[in-house]
Amino acid sequence: MAEHRYDPVTGQYTTGHSWDGIEELYTPLPRWWVITLVISFIIAIIYAALYPGWPTTRFAFAGLLGWTSAGQLAEEQAEARSEQAHWRNQIAAKSVSEIEQSDELRTFAITGGRALFNQNCAACHGSGAGGQQGQFPSLIDDDWLWGGKIDDVYQTIAHGIRNEDPESRQSEMPAFAEMLSPEEIAAVAEYVATLSDASKADSRKALPGAEVFANNCAGCHGENGEGMREMGAPRLADQIWLYGDGKDAVARQVAHPRMGMMPAWKPRLGDDAVKMLAVYVHSLGGGEK
Amino acid sequence: MSAAATSLASAHGADDRQTIIGYNEDVVRAFSIATVLWALFGLAVGVWVALLLAFPGMNVGEFLTFGRLRPVHTSGVILGFGGNALLATSLYVVQRTCRTGLWGGPKLASFLFWGYNAFLVAAMVSYPLGLTQSQEYAEPEWFLDIWLTVVWLTYLAIFVGTLAIRREPHIYVANWFFLAFILTVSVLQVVNNAAVPISWTSTKSYSAYSGVQSAMIQWWYGHNMVGFWLTAGFIGMMYYFVPKQADRPIYSYRLSIVHFWALVFLYIWAGPHHLHYTALPDWTQTLGAAFSIMLWMPSWGGMINGIMTLSGAWSKLRTDPILRFLVVAVAFYGMSTFEGPLMALKPVNALSHYTDWTVGHVHSGALGWVALMAFGSLYHMVPKLWSTRLWSIKLVEVHFWLASIGIVLYITSMWVSGITQGLMWKAYDEFGFLQYSFTDSVAMLHPYYVVRALGGMFFLAGGILFAINIFMTIFDAPARRRSDAGLRAQLAPAE
Repeated sequence: MAEHRYDPVTGQYTTGHSWDGIEELYTPLPRWWVITLVISFIIAIIYAALYPGWPTTRFAFAGLLGWTSAGQLAEEQAEARSEQAHWRNQIAAKSVSEIEQSDELRTFAITGGRALFNQNCAACHGSGAGGQQGQFPSLIDDDWLWGGKIDDVYQTIAHGIRNEDPESRQSEMPAFAEMLSPEEIAAVAEYVATLSDASKADSRKALPGAEVFANNCAGCHGENGEGMREMGAPRLADQIWLYGDGKDAVARQVAHPRMGMMPAWKPRLGDDAVKMLAVYVHSLGGGEK
Repeated sequence: MSAAATSLASAHGADDRQTIIGYNEDVVRAFSIATVLWALFGLAVGVWVALLLAFPGMNVGEFLTFGRLRPVHTSGVILGFGGNALLATSLYVVQRTCRTGLWGGPKLASFLFWGYNAFLVAAMVSYPLGLTQSQEYAEPEWFLDIWLTVVWLTYLAIFVGTLAIRREPHIYVANWFFLAFILTVSVLQVVNNAAVPISWTSTKSYSAYSGVQSAMIQWWYGHNMVGFWLTAGFIGMMYYFVPKQADRPIYSYRLSIVHFWALVFLYIWAGPHHLHYTALPDWTQTLGAAFSIMLWMPSWGGMINGIMTLSGAWSKLRTDPILRFLVVAVAFYGMSTFEGPLMALKPVNALSHYTDWTVGHVHSGALGWVALMAFGSLYHMVPKLWSTRLWSIKLVEVHFWLASIGIVLYITSMWVSGITQGLMWKAYDEFGFLQYSFTDSVAMLHPYYVVRALGGMFFLAGGILFAINIFMTIFDAPARRRSDAGLRAQLAPAE
């Protein structure tokens, strides 16, 4: 039964058992393995002594280093803040237009604004700020719904559009499906579609939609479709159509308008961040003066 | 698929098969065939989801999008391929090393096979339908969990029962590991899946745990599914098939005792390293890291015992591709279990966590260790089960190289993409602002995802050759046995 067979290859004896022909050698534990095992245990114990570990039912030993992950985060954030303090203090003290006038501050604000934009704004406006057709406006052109001057951009980012913030931009285009007949909507859409074509300046006056436009739309969008930024009423006399161009898309928008909303970012990110974002976004379209 | 399994298993009936009296080999045959089919399924879905990551436009329909198919892949390979391989080999090994048939009789064993594979099919159907607990590797909803628990306890009863009626004085080391695996998975399964269904007729349930406790229990479960399902169980496989295929005694009985107890004691505590820098209390994170450091050498104990068993048989690696599968698997085990404790250290984890490095690490273990060990074991076991020789050794050779190339492509692409991700997320410019947006780090991934999908295709191609070889071995078995018998009769010396 238990016969300790000698294995000439390894110079070891077997344990004397055999299972389905498998035997086991009685080789001692490899010395390097035991030493490394012991060292790793010692390292683990030291590690657990230095850092928080060793729980009891009520509390855990805080560790000899007094380290906490929340503490490390606070430390690293404080360090990052102190490295930026030179610029951040000036950003806090100055207005956005003052920031733009200083080359050094402008560079800092654009760099920080880009990082903030990528984390907070890119989800809707795209990582290149090109917007998304039919959804969110492009920020890299000079067409601004609510104004393109630096103070306008700051105001829009800080308080947002059509949200709960008391200073939010507010406006609403009525749903004309309830006020105009389908024929009138089709007519006004045809008229609006000609607004961006200067060669039709005279001929369009004869269109049946001209009167509908003057009575219903010109109040906000202007007599010649030049738009009104105080109302966020888009300029219609250009080639930029957020919700689609052509008669059909315009007719849909007249009947059941879509209007974008944007959160107020100042309560979330703080005033400094909004200032940097405003400087960055203002730089994208070339910067309206 | 399972219908095919039994018909194949019984097609070559007892008439010309040299079955060992009293052993239940039918159920082992059925599990072996299921292993091959689930390997094909799980690997194919893996290649598909890898392609979806590289080319998201390929997503089709509502039910087959990446989010719903990803658990089909993970469950398909871990529970389907790995699970059936573990069931096949453990039931094969326990009978041969205890010199007794399975406890509970053929009906109970048959229930185990059908019960387990019915669970798998139901799980695979439920994920695309959106029925999921959303817990990684524990996706099946409560009604499937109850069914799996019944099946698993049956498995435990059969295994323990067989050990109890063994005809050997001692329990062989492979069975210690199999038992640790079955027992621990029972506990993991019950505790992590504790949930309250909305009603008895609803498919939806809510976990019994909430917040960070839910996360901790999930990763205690997740880590020990790796530790016991994919490690202890497969070490059990190694302890039988490596010495068998090498025809050498196990390197060290003493090492097997020490590393067994160290492994099962330490593994169970290391789960918190999956939750570094989260809401989990700092002391829990520290313990997770400390136990991971201690786990390094116990893991390597298994590798040493596997590889050093080849002492005196190294030359067989040149001629025996099956042994090469088994030994390279053990080498990958050694590599993954070094990488694991490394990634469990907080400074390394700060770089690696949430990146593809983790995905690469998992696959170096899953493809390199688990899959190669399962392939090698089946190449050894299937010819024995059907009393024949393997259909083609040359095909095993080709499979080995396809699999190796696939693993290398997979792991290296994920290392590069994962570390690049981690570095990009931490990169600051001269003013101290984040240099890259998250989108930048996603756009960077594309070429690596293409390479990863290519690696998966190599691995799948090897898997297809494996399936062909196994099925041809089975179909060819009766003819092969007859011609071998004729040959033996001719060669028999005249008395």
